[in-house]
Amino acid sequence: MSNAKPITTGLDMDTLHAGRRQLSLKDEEITLRIKDFNLYYGEKQALKNVNLEIPRNKVTAFIGPSGCGKSTLLRSINRMNDLIDNVSIKGEIQLDEQNIFDKSVNVVDLRRRVGMVFQRPNPFPKSIYENVAYGLRIQGINNRRTLDEVVEKSLRGAALWDEVKDRLHDNALGLSGGQQQRLVIARAIAIEPEVLLLDEPASALDPISTLKLEELIYELKDQYTIVIVTHNMQQAARVSDYTAFLYMGELIEFSDTNTIFTNPKTKQTEDYITGRYG
Amino acid sequence: MRSKDIGHHISAQFNAELEEIRSKVLTMGGLVEQQTIDAVRALVEGDSKLGETAITNDYKVNALEVTIDEECSQILARRQPTAGDLRLVVAIIKTITDLERIGDEAEKIGHLAVHLAGMEGNKQHFSAINALGEYVQTMVHDALDAFARLDVEQALTVAKMDSKVDEQYNGITRQLITYMMEDPRSITRSLDVMFAARALERIGDHATNICEYVIYLVRGKDVRHTSIEQMEEAARKR
Repeated sequence: MSNAKPITTGLDMDTLHAGRRQLSLKDEEITLRIKDFNLYYGEKQALKNVNLEIPRNKVTAFIGPSGCGKSTLLRSINRMNDLIDNVSIKGEIQLDEQNIFDKSVNVVDLRRRVGMVFQRPNPFPKSIYENVAYGLRIQGINNRRTLDEVVEKSLRGAALWDEVKDRLHDNALGLSGGQQQRLVIARAIAIEPEVLLLDEPASALDPISTLKLEELIYELKDQYTIVIVTHNMQQAARVSDYTAFLYMGELIEFSDTNTIFTNPKTKQTEDYITGRYG
Repeated sequence: MRSKDIGHHISAQFNAELEEIRSKVLTMGGLVEQQTIDAVRALVEGDSKLGETAITNDYKVNALEVTIDEECSQILARRQPTAGDLRLVVAIIKTITDLERIGDEAEKIGHLAVHLAGMEGNKQHFSAINALGEYVQTMVHDALDAFARLDVEQALTVAKMDSKVDEQYNGITRQLITYMMEDPRSITRSLDVMFAARALERIGDHATNICEYVIYLVRGKDVRHTSIEQMEEAARKR
């Protein structure tokens, strides 16, 4: 008799099945509740009765063709649409159970809690250090030690520290596009928001910077609730835990990302993600 | 996923690529079906030449497996298929493995046919082998048809046929054991027949596997290693 043990010894079935366990909204704590939300640009209705729950410490992706309302929905979450004339809304978006459109809500405070990163990196024409410290300075924090700590922590958090630590006082506009985008994320997380909204954050980046950014998103979700709008479906498949598919202002399907990309329930979703015309 | 959805991609080239691998799978299926028919007939009729044909045709099946596999990996790398397209490619990769094994089993029967053709002896139990052969050949045919038309009902029907195959196989085994006990000189010959019956029984299993992939492809539910009732439930639920 051989003394060799079978190689499967110690394989525990729970571990084996863990990989197959599906994420379910039922198990999630909800950060944002979008309820019967409608948005109009003048006469034109851009969002139609959207109901959606965005889970805490997870990445939720909005996908859909151009003009489907995904960016509009994203911008509603920190009331960026307030800045556009002619916009009217109906319905609610609750952040931690409070309606963000309530009169008692201070918009500046809301945007501090809900940070946003745009498609094109938009660093201020200041030094790297000052870009990150900016949010704190406008809150009146000027203590050098505090600022130093926050700047380092945020740049490390945005996976940029090692690349810029020796030139913190150089102009931020001298960084590459990928570095600028991570700098903007460092600026957003310096004020410790709860939610990070990313509007096509990688569309102006090369593939390597894109992968770094995706890796960063994966690391950031431990601390933040992340919502990302992307045209790149493979990116949504790679980075997100949940995916919402919007079409012509309506939420067509919302489910865990594995289900959306392997077995979507509606034909419209299937046609869109497989690149078919309906 | 429905069969008419295979086309309709914005990329016409992608349509063409998927259509191409799909039709190659059906070609491969046609080959192994013919190979099985030839092998069984060679065995039953003692036709060693036909047995040789079943053996030599296996290289075509093997070559197709390699080609289809290669094309599937290219599609995965270049197109990153999702949803129904992804399930189609995954189902094809699995289906051709089973088809190739059906080819191997038919080749095995071919060898046994050549061997048995050169031997004297009782041909009585060949009718049972012939019946089993026709039965599994129908299964292979219908499984491929279900794959071609993405027909879950037909896939279920074929999967249900497998228990009959097992019954017939057990019957043949019992019969052969009796022969061997009665006349030990028939053992060599009887064993060959038993191996052929075993190969046919395996072909039935591979056809059933293909049906499981059809249900996965159409419904997105993995029904391997489940009971026939669970399979029905998964296939009918939408």
